[in-house]
Amino acid sequence: MMRFLLLFSRQGKLRLQKWFTPIPEREKKKIVRDMTTMVLARKPRSCNFLHWKDLKIVYKRYASLYFCCGLDAEENELIALEMLHRYVELLDKYFGNVCELDIIFNFEKAYFILDEFLLGGEIQETSKQVVSRAIEASDMLQEAEIDNSDYDLELGWP
Amino acid sequence: MSPSVRLQEMIRVIRGARTQGEERGVIQRECAAIRAQFRQADNGTRSHNLAKLLYVHMLGYPAHFGQMECVRLIASPRYNEKRVGYLGAMMLLDEKQDASLLITNSIKNDLSHNSQYVQSLALCTLACMGSAEMCRDLAPEIDRLLRASNSYIKKKAALCAVHIVRKVPDLGELFTPAARSLLCEKNHGVLHGAVVLITELCERNPDTLEQFRKVVPELVQIMKGLVMSGYSPEHNVAGISDPFLQVRILRLLRILGRNNDTASDAMNDLLAQVATNTDSSKTAGSAVLYETVLTVMDIKSESGLRVLAVNILGRFLLNNDRNIRYISMTSLQKIVQTDHNAVQRHRGTIVDCLKDQDASVKRRALELSLALVSAVNIRSLMKELLLFLSSCPPELRAHTTSGIFNAAERYAPSQRWHIDTILHVLTTAGGDVRDETVPNLIQLITTATELHCYTVHKLYRALITDISVQSLVQVACWCIGEYGDLLLRGECEETEPVQVTEDDVLDALETVLQSHMSSPATRGFALTATMKLSTRITHNVDRIRSIVSIYGSCIDVELQQRAVEYNALFKKYDHMRYRGSVCGAPSVIAKLPEYLLGGSGEPVPSSGLSHTVPGPATSTSGGDLLDLLGGLDVSPGE
Repeated sequence: MMRFLLLFSRQGKLRLQKWFTPIPEREKKKIVRDMTTMVLARKPRSCNFLHWKDLKIVYKRYASLYFCCGLDAEENELIALEMLHRYVELLDKYFGNVCELDIIFNFEKAYFILDEFLLGGEIQETSKQVVSRAIEASDMLQEAEIDNSDYDLELGWP
Repeated sequence: MSPSVRLQEMIRVIRGARTQGEERGVIQRECAAIRAQFRQADNGTRSHNLAKLLYVHMLGYPAHFGQMECVRLIASPRYNEKRVGYLGAMMLLDEKQDASLLITNSIKNDLSHNSQYVQSLALCTLACMGSAEMCRDLAPEIDRLLRASNSYIKKKAALCAVHIVRKVPDLGELFTPAARSLLCEKNHGVLHGAVVLITELCERNPDTLEQFRKVVPELVQIMKGLVMSGYSPEHNVAGISDPFLQVRILRLLRILGRNNDTASDAMNDLLAQVATNTDSSKTAGSAVLYETVLTVMDIKSESGLRVLAVNILGRFLLNNDRNIRYISMTSLQKIVQTDHNAVQRHRGTIVDCLKDQDASVKRRALELSLALVSAVNIRSLMKELLLFLSSCPPELRAHTTSGIFNAAERYAPSQRWHIDTILHVLTTAGGDVRDETVPNLIQLITTATELHCYTVHKLYRALITDISVQSLVQVACWCIGEYGDLLLRGECEETEPVQVTEDDVLDALETVLQSHMSSPATRGFALTATMKLSTRITHNVDRIRSIVSIYGSCIDVELQQRAVEYNALFKKYDHMRYRGSVCGAPSVIAKLPEYLLGGSGEPVPSSGLSHTVPGPATSTSGGDLLDLLGGLDVSPGE
């Protein structure tokens, strides 16, 4: 399974953190520090895989953002790269030519999209379209509620 | 003003802060406002305030006062409040917080909500941070959803069940029947979840594993469908149909086929098919091939299939993509013991990877090369390893030198080759060798009696070129002290002899003694060597005597002690000088290293000088081989 997923900028600023196992706050901070240090120190055309403690670390840089995940030792690194790429594609589809600023100002949306793609550290849906449609539908539900206070979530429209 | 804008406005303000202090100030003000809002009655802004708090939390600031707000929002009837509430729960609450128990009831209710998107929130949160207690509580609900719901919910319920099984393994039995029936679904999301769930169940329970071996044919069918199907736009990634699902199925097959002939036979054809039909030009295809190779090597596969798998890894080694080269080498490393010959066939490519730019690839190539050393290829492989050593990154040097020494020790074709190799390593990377290298080399040289002349010539040449590498200098000094007569004789069979005078040799040793680059241990070697030469040379004994007496007042205590005792040998015990104390003898040599190194080069306290050295001072028979300076009662300053 995936233990954690981090997004951080080239200056080491955290843009998203998803943890799939219970870890104390202090240790989370340490892991984030270690990951940013390790990944930012890598030369441009290096291999995308690292070892850290008993985990495999897979990272990929997309423009100004680093996507970095920590995996159990038996995971397939190459498919993990595809997983990161899929998440970026989903963000791109949602925001339209996604950039770092989109993720900064709409971080909660980035989480919602992630939660339609991964669940409990595993992939939950392998079709791009199904994920995108689910996000759209959830957003519409949210809009309906905000626009019309008559809308009742339990019963639908009166 | 729509809620998102308020959040975005705050983010803008925080980002606009020019210093850390300014940012802290802004955040403190915002948090104070948020706290105040939380305390008020519901005014429709709770979700935005929590969202703001979550942003602040991501920047690293404390946000624990938002935990109860998460609980409240989750219980709200409004979707947008639930959405942010559950997000907050996943970010701020974990199973160790007491507040997490309070949301169990909300989750329970939401699991049976009319709207699947609310159900989805509950499932997601449970799978992310559900404690063992919550899992036990809600497991029956999850099982119900596994059986009777739409595919959107089923796939999430499956992964939720995976989390539950990880937290409470006993509950695996509850989910086994439902997991089995999920394999009949067509929906890829559900199938993927089912495969992950079955994998988890089989890994934890051998009985369940036995049960699920029966579904191997079904899994094979599903895989065949994926591999042979035409282009499917919904699941296609670079020409591969749903590589994520393929990889998971292959992994499950691996677990089911392990140590079981029947299951392994049933999947043999499929694996061969996947191995030959999958296009590996992009990462997706390579990922599937990689998983196939891992499965083939782990189950009881036919030898033909194993060779096919190793060849795939060999092909990977030639791939332009560095990641694939790295993956190939980690896999080869795992099988190099069991399938040694198959891996040997790719030795050439592996050795080429030593020259790769990437440090991770280099490290893997080094490990693999060292594992492939054998009596047959030692000469050619060592050439490559020595070449690698001269340009390898500093963090790999120590590992490389010790690997080379081990390999040389096991497979050296001749003593001369062995000595040459060690000397080459010392010249190239003498600073990165382990401490035992010096005594080990001395031992080796001693036993290679026919090569004493050759060795002392080589070491002398090395010494006059460069005295910065301590290990090399120490061995060189020792050798010159021991076999200096062979050097002075001016003839050698194995190599071009040097024409040196006694003064030249003493010059070399004195340079070492006086150089600030020499460590105290190295000086010790040089001084002892100088002393030993007093029995091997004829003309310059006075020069040696004067060198030794100079060091009698050296600041370094160790050196001073030695010099004084050597001095005493000259004065009081000159007759013994030839007989026992400075002539080479096996027992002396065996003890020499410990004596001279005495605690990695640090000065040995004077009490240590004689503790390894037996032999009373009173023995004057001369025939006894007195250990160097054994039992002499001298006092400094004499």
